[in-house]
Amino acid sequence: MPQKLDYLRESASQTAGPYVHIGLAPGAAGFDIYRQELGHDIAGPNAAGERIRVEGLVIDGMGSPVKDVLLEVWQANAAGIYAHPEGGGEVEEGFRGWGRVITDFETGEWGFDTVKPGAAMGRNGRLMAPHLNLWIVARGINIGLNTRVYFDDEAEANAADPVINMIEWEKRRASLIATRSMRDGKPVYRFDIRLQGDDETVFFDI
Amino acid sequence: MKQAEFYQRDRRLQPPALTPDYKTSVARSPRYSMISLQNSVSEITGPVFGHNDIDPIDNDLILNYAKSGDPIGERIIVHGRVLDENARPVPNTLVEIWQANAGGRYRHKKDSYLAPIDPNFGGCGRTITDENGHYFFRTVKPGAYPWRNWVNNWRPAHIHVSVFGSGFAQRLITQLYFEGDPLIPHCPIVKTIPDPDAIEQLIAKLDLNATIPLDSIAYKFDIVLRGRRSTMFENRLEGN
Repeated sequence: MPQKLDYLRESASQTAGPYVHIGLAPGAAGFDIYRQELGHDIAGPNAAGERIRVEGLVIDGMGSPVKDVLLEVWQANAAGIYAHPEGGGEVEEGFRGWGRVITDFETGEWGFDTVKPGAAMGRNGRLMAPHLNLWIVARGINIGLNTRVYFDDEAEANAADPVINMIEWEKRRASLIATRSMRDGKPVYRFDIRLQGDDETVFFDI
Repeated sequence: MKQAEFYQRDRRLQPPALTPDYKTSVARSPRYSMISLQNSVSEITGPVFGHNDIDPIDNDLILNYAKSGDPIGERIIVHGRVLDENARPVPNTLVEIWQANAGGRYRHKKDSYLAPIDPNFGGCGRTITDENGHYFFRTVKPGAYPWRNWVNNWRPAHIHVSVFGSGFAQRLITQLYFEGDPLIPHCPIVKTIPDPDAIEQLIAKLDLNATIPLDSIAYKFDIVLRGRRSTMFENRLEGN
């Protein structure tokens, strides 16, 4: 009898569709059902570090903003620790590191408030530059897209980052760098995601 | 014990980004190849949910939005397990679902299909798997509905399913279809999946053992997330 590899196979992905909000953000679909929706508070009140806002558009191959996107954020705290048993240590009470945001139905703008993450330990003992992990789903996206947000005021850390440096096409590295500005005394990072085109955002097969 | 990395995703079983018969994908599909990344702490960790996040009624779509009576439609139970590719259960993970009502209409301000809204049906639910990876929902069977792709495209009856797993790399949204539905082989969204067995894996099976006589019919639907390496080597304690 031949030996068999009795692994199961990962369920196939399907698009989240145009009505993803019903399931994951029902308030946006136009009705109130749960005691609390999830993913509104990424950092919590006790988190150390700089309070920042990150915002942008998701832009399709025609140059139009995609207005039915749902994004999820996964990030370390200011000390580079993830809120998970394998995350590298303890995090502040209330720090979750996970958020869920949707785009405005009229403009396509999305944004979230959080704390700027610290450098987390990467593979082989090499530090990774501060970054946010993003996961993007929408109608027309057959399997969620993974990318990372790095910060333009971390030029030295970015230059040494093992993931950025893996991208052979140096020109494309810029698609992962958010641009800092100040608004009403608060730092805001701009991060537009381009699904196609010469400046298509780098997406990762993780 | 330190958690090991996930198995590489088998992209041959997954829909590619560009699937022109599902027209919306044409302008929304990245064209450059993805950059392959070996797992770091950013991928092997993920959000942790607890029972404080949800309410016990959240998995009962027959009751969780009822205003003046029960929702219209065929009462069903959907149950199964969240497993990984090693057939190990994925415990304590969040499963969220959403669906149309029995007439094929979503309670969404952007859905204008002519079937009526059901005043007693919200169309969403969520639960956390138990220690053995089991989950269940009570709901009504969603109706098929037409959509603008080709002029005469109809979605088979389906429930959208969102699952987290234990690391961000396992994050998955898929759709559950129902055994015996003749619309399944005609659906351009189903056909984004290149592998017939992978399609078959998304079709929930009629489960008479879990059916409640004279009350609700049941379907069983197991969800498989990526597995993770486990073999221990002395020189590589985190796994193979």
